[in-house]
Amino acid sequence: MARLSSWLRLAALIGAAAVLAAPSFQAAAGADKPKLEHGKGDKCVEDTDFMRRNHMELLKHHRDETVHQGIRTTKYSLKQCVACHASEKTGSVAATKEDFCAACHSYAGVKLDCWDCHATKPMAKQPGQADAQAEVKASPLMPNPQNGGAKQ
Amino acid sequence: MNEPKRPESNLENGERRSFLVASAALAGSAVAPGVMLYGIAQAKPAEEAVTNKVRWGMLVDTNKCATGCTDCVTACNTENGLSGKTGPQDSQWIRKVDIKNLQTGAQHTLPMMCQHCEHPPCVDVCPTGASFKRADGIVLVDRHICIGCRYCMMACPYKARSFVHEPLTDQNPEVPRGKGCVESCTFCVQRVDRDQSPACVEACDKAGHKAMVFGDLNNPESDVAKAVKAYATTEVRGDLRLNTGVRYQGI
Repeated sequence: MARLSSWLRLAALIGAAAVLAAPSFQAAAGADKPKLEHGKGDKCVEDTDFMRRNHMELLKHHRDETVHQGIRTTKYSLKQCVACHASEKTGSVAATKEDFCAACHSYAGVKLDCWDCHATKPMAKQPGQADAQAEVKASPLMPNPQNGGAKQ
Repeated sequence: MNEPKRPESNLENGERRSFLVASAALAGSAVAPGVMLYGIAQAKPAEEAVTNKVRWGMLVDTNKCATGCTDCVTACNTENGLSGKTGPQDSQWIRKVDIKNLQTGAQHTLPMMCQHCEHPPCVDVCPTGASFKRADGIVLVDRHICIGCRYCMMACPYKARSFVHEPLTDQNPEVPRGKGCVESCTFCVQRVDRDQSPACVEACDKAGHKAMVFGDLNNPESDVAKAVKAYATTEVRGDLRLNTGVRYQGI
């Protein structure tokens, strides 16, 4: 019994230490916050604090719904994030270290590979009439027997 | 600890729901024999998941497909941000194929792309579950899960899939693509979800050939369903019994 209470006391001590340490940690972080461009719009789809901690969960959830179930709501979609948060200077969310995504992620040292595939800039024109992304040439016919082999 | 609050749904729930809907429909048709229940093929609301009431399919009339015309290929490249090159390491989602029957001398030209099989071999072999068939029959790669092993490229009888070898930039915001993943024709899923035809079909119509018809095979009122009912059509490699979503007429 005595042993249990000593454990409890230890746990309480650790808890108290954590509570005391938290504000000082925040204060330290607040001293040198990342500078970032917020882009357009007055407010985000959720509170800033919530988004700061949970944007990755929302994006991951939404991406699965979009890819697998064809749910294309815009509230939590990456495309919509980019549409609002793209910097006015660079037109991108990750071109320079002051752009919205890159600012925090370089500050926190968290590498993100979203932009390996996803566009960092919003849609330029009407959907379906997007600029040719690379030089697009008419593809010549494929006269070789490899392709003819697909049909038997 | 701080679990984000979000709409209560996940993939499994979605699947179960679609199963329940499907079984309810089945029960309904059992109760009232002779009454057919048809899915709605029109634009679905953005928040609604795709269902297996719809099966997207395409019919290619090789008699109308013009030799030398590559409008469908160009449109695909533009829509999906492909380079248009045809080297061994370049992505081709659709290609024109010329075929000749050596016995009769009959020649045809046709577009060949992912056939969106009902039983896709690429999905069978995928070790991670990245290759999957959407409920409405469109076969896709989830690039978040794809590890680039390329088993699916080996398994596909149509040579429909490509691997991205080099880093890419300036992708179309609607068509994310990147190095290290396998990719193929998506039936322009981003367009289909807002009730447009795939880019290749649109281009073919625009060129005046009208060799490609796209639509819901499950909806008897759709052009493609009427056409496959009226004419003799062929599945390429029909012997594999994959029940392809793309069918050909005139070969």
